[in-house]
Amino acid sequence: MTDQPSQAEQVRRSLKRRYRKERRFRSYGIAAIAVALLALAILFIDIIGKGYSGFLKSTVTLEVTLDSDVMMLEDPTDKTARRMADFVAPLQQALMAELPPEAQDQPRAVRGLINNYASDALKKAVAANPEWMGSTRTMTFLASTDVDVYMKHQSDDRYSIKLSEQQQGWVDELAERGVIDLSFNDVLFTNGDSRNPSQAGVLGAIMGSLFTMLVTLALSFPIGVAAAIYLEEFAPQNKVTDFIEVNINNLAAVPSIIFGLLGLAVFINLFGLPRSVPVVGGLVLTLMTLPTIIISSRAAIKSVPPSVREAAEGIGASKMQVVMHHVLPLALPGMMTGSIIGMAQALGETAPLLLIGMVAFIVDVPGGFLDSATVLPVQVYLWSGSPELAFIERASAAIMVLLTFLIGMNALAVWLRRRLERRW
Amino acid sequence: MKKLNTALASVVVAGAMTAVATPAAARDTISIVGSSTVYPFATVVAERFGRSSDFPTPKLESTGSGGGMKLFCQGVGTQNPDITNASRRMKPSEFKLCQNNGVEEITEFRIGSDGIVIASSQDAENLDISLEQLFLALAEKVPSDDGSELVMNPNQTWSDVDSSLPDAKIRVMGPPPTSGTRDAFVELAMQGGCEEMPIFANMEEEAMEEACHSIREDGAFVEAGENDNLIVQKLMGDTEAYGIFGYSFLEENRGKLQAAVINGKKPTVENIAKDDYPIARSLWFYVKQAHIGVVPGIQEYVAEFTSAGAMGPNGYLKDVGLIVPTRDQLMELAKKAEAMPSMTGNEL
Repeated sequence: MTDQPSQAEQVRRSLKRRYRKERRFRSYGIAAIAVALLALAILFIDIIGKGYSGFLKSTVTLEVTLDSDVMMLEDPTDKTARRMADFVAPLQQALMAELPPEAQDQPRAVRGLINNYASDALKKAVAANPEWMGSTRTMTFLASTDVDVYMKHQSDDRYSIKLSEQQQGWVDELAERGVIDLSFNDVLFTNGDSRNPSQAGVLGAIMGSLFTMLVTLALSFPIGVAAAIYLEEFAPQNKVTDFIEVNINNLAAVPSIIFGLLGLAVFINLFGLPRSVPVVGGLVLTLMTLPTIIISSRAAIKSVPPSVREAAEGIGASKMQVVMHHVLPLALPGMMTGSIIGMAQALGETAPLLLIGMVAFIVDVPGGFLDSATVLPVQVYLWSGSPELAFIERASAAIMVLLTFLIGMNALAVWLRRRLERRW
Repeated sequence: MKKLNTALASVVVAGAMTAVATPAAARDTISIVGSSTVYPFATVVAERFGRSSDFPTPKLESTGSGGGMKLFCQGVGTQNPDITNASRRMKPSEFKLCQNNGVEEITEFRIGSDGIVIASSQDAENLDISLEQLFLALAEKVPSDDGSELVMNPNQTWSDVDSSLPDAKIRVMGPPPTSGTRDAFVELAMQGGCEEMPIFANMEEEAMEEACHSIREDGAFVEAGENDNLIVQKLMGDTEAYGIFGYSFLEENRGKLQAAVINGKKPTVENIAKDDYPIARSLWFYVKQAHIGVVPGIQEYVAEFTSAGAMGPNGYLKDVGLIVPTRDQLMELAKKAEAMPSMTGNEL
């Protein structure tokens, strides 16, 4: 009997092994987190590395002489006259004045430096300020996309430089003198989509996302919360409610494109709502986010301790008073967190929108719920498929904008939870 | 509480009524659907049109040629699109669908061509290949040595197909079956190569189509996704691989990529425009006449598309890689845009 080690001895012996086991288990956990962080870091480095240049634009600052003979424009207040006038000539002249004399013979190469739509910008400026005619003004225009690519990526092999040797020489010289310059790309935030990369912006997509999300929020939050309260507090426990519960859980796992098909069949084909509008997008995304909101709201209601309910009932509150005065306020932070996470998920969704026509080229910035619109992730998708290489950096920049919104929404969810959550 | 309930109920009823009572709100923006191949060209026209005219910029959806036809032929009324783009001609079955749904007056425009190229990185050995050799390299089943039956494709390197080709493993990246580029490649290149071999000529039409249209799935042909940029990027890193994509992507990456010579023809603008280059297809768009005058700007948009400024020899569509029509074709297009003749269905 004395050979048998005592119980304390046994424990002491195994202690080392148990500690080792625990250390190992912890290191697995740390390794798992490290892998996740590494993946995240690679994603961010790749996107930021590709996309930071999307936040820069190349501009050309010129001394433009607005001469009515050169422009063939007698009356700048007359619309028809403006339409027939030549707004390219003054730009070309101003640019040639900055360039060496051999440029005089190559108007096409000179025009290749300035953006296709610079003449439209000049036309708009003249229309707004007819008194400018006859004077010389210093104005800043967007450079052409080829110049933009050359300015930003001349040493990057992934981009091909389309400027000729001579044009490259001109651009180098103008850049040295500060005529061509890189500055913050405000166009990205003030314009809608464009097929000219220098003119393309995400404002249209941001507004489209905003309108779509407003519709989704206005519908899915009240419906989701009402459904959750009824199912959790009032519904009898029977086969029917069990069936509904199982189906809600199933719906949360349905691929989002199915909701798009449903939206196409019901909202567009049956109700005759127009294609590509935020209202339909919002309705479809409502269907998609509802299960998430219902499930999280029910969890939030369940976590309200029964003592609160019993105390309220004890002093004579009706069922409805218990819910409205006690359960709902206490469960609200959890419900809001769930809804925000559901909304963030909806913000990143493209698949269901494909079928209802929101994956589209839309230049005009939408002004309401019934204007054709697209959303941020769709804009990323459209740009990444464009043949123009200059869209790659814009797509990455748009991803950064989208991520900023997502991080903002998730941070809001965390803050709300911290701020309003009550612990028992 | 009761008041609140009544108010809520009336709002819901009113909402439901407006939703049902206004099946198709009037639309003032042109709605265009269709091919993803025409999309990069049509979007440029739409944007120019929006900027230079008083009409709003048309809305363009890239739905694929078939999907576009389906939407276009759904009927007359502003909930349906006004114009559909296609990277192939309308099929007789689609024309019939349109007629049955009341879309009777349609005008057809052929707007130029697009080539499909087989390209590789500049550092790779360039291919000079015939359609027949291309078929032997990429088909799932090829004729056996004596030509009597079909066997699983045994060719592993290009030189297995023909000794004049490089001694490198066959690895071609191309689009998946959902893509229009793939459809066109199969129809023009694979079938083109197939028809030159006697064994297929003697087959039943359906069996022949199946044999000619099957691409091998043993790893030599890699489906690289719908995004042609991705294929271009992969070619940069892999000098032994070849990629299949549209001509505009070659144009954009000139200097980094080289294109294979097919049946002795290089994919140049001239060869594609003259239909000498074998893997070229024409691009089309179709206008619903019933919508002219209902949705403002349709005729003006068509005029912009067919103008010399867009499709002429110095037009802006040329800059984005469209193989523009010849001068005579352009004149005809401009006349068509004025007269808007209807299709009869016999021309298909």
